[in-house]
Amino acid sequence: MKHLFYTFALLLSLLVFPSDSTASIEVVEFDTASQEQRYRELIQELRCLVCQNQNLAGSDAPLAKDLREIAAKMIQRGDSDADIKTFMRSRYGDFVLYEPPFNWSTAFLWLGPFILLLLVVIGLVLNIRRRQQEELFKPTHATNDADQIKVRNLMRDTPSLKPNESEKPKR
Amino acid sequence: MKLKYIVPLLAFFGLAVLLAKGLTLDPKAIPSTRINKPAPSFELPVLSNANEKFRPEDLKGQRWVLNVWASWCVSCRYEHPILNDMARAGLAPIVGLNYKDQDDEAAQWLAERGDPYYKAVTDNSGRVGIDWGVVAVPETFIIDEQGNVIYKHTGPITRELVNSEMIPLLSVNNQ
Repeated sequence: MKHLFYTFALLLSLLVFPSDSTASIEVVEFDTASQEQRYRELIQELRCLVCQNQNLAGSDAPLAKDLREIAAKMIQRGDSDADIKTFMRSRYGDFVLYEPPFNWSTAFLWLGPFILLLLVVIGLVLNIRRRQQEELFKPTHATNDADQIKVRNLMRDTPSLKPNESEKPKR
Repeated sequence: MKLKYIVPLLAFFGLAVLLAKGLTLDPKAIPSTRINKPAPSFELPVLSNANEKFRPEDLKGQRWVLNVWASWCVSCRYEHPILNDMARAGLAPIVGLNYKDQDDEAAQWLAERGDPYYKAVTDNSGRVGIDWGVVAVPETFIIDEQGNVIYKHTGPITRELVNSEMIPLLSVNNQ
């Protein structure tokens, strides 16, 4: 019990004090607060090419440091976010962006979840309709279990009672 | 009724095929954006003589190889003998882009292991490497007569790769 309590407390502390992934990077001075804000957002959105599953903000790789430096310099000299992304993309491709742009090769990635959702909804609607149909043919008039079983047993020996199958008796 | 069992089965196999394909892909192989585009220009000092500068334009009119390497790079050791052989065969000039390295250590490396390079140029800051889209050394490019990048390989080159992919592209020089 005590163990459980400590585990829970530890997990809670992780929730309350998440480790800061941007803690290790160098400090960059900007003229305005909005420039600094843009810098912070950009290095979150750009991928570190070396470690791949980290963004520029969270990576210690020398290349990530260089790219941060370039991003900071470009912001300081007045380039837009689009300019900086174009700079990165022309060198490293779409891969450098954590959020991939919508094009033919990423269409399935972007639309896949919606297609899946649509399929599931269609399946659900069809399933519910079928069940409602079946409900109509259930032996609902029998009041106790014994009678219901009796009715089911009787129905097993007859051709299906569904109207669309009644033309073709089994055997 | 049968469809009920076939659909999940098909979905499972579809997913299995998709994931199996995913296993064969190399996440480190980032497609180069420079293929069939003009090679990024630069002017860098030559390792053996810092007063001498090299520019890609100097080699216009022939096919040549740009090999990105560093003395701190472990897998560069594996491809170095292959580069030496390529240089000996005289297929094409190989330019060595010494990436984020110390000049004295790079010179020592070439003295110890042989110098396959037509020119070894020093990119101490790594900025030229960024222009070329270099992620990790070694990387090898082939540039054509018009100065366009026509080939890129990430990681150490192998003899098979040289024979099957690079020699066909470079043999144009000797025709």
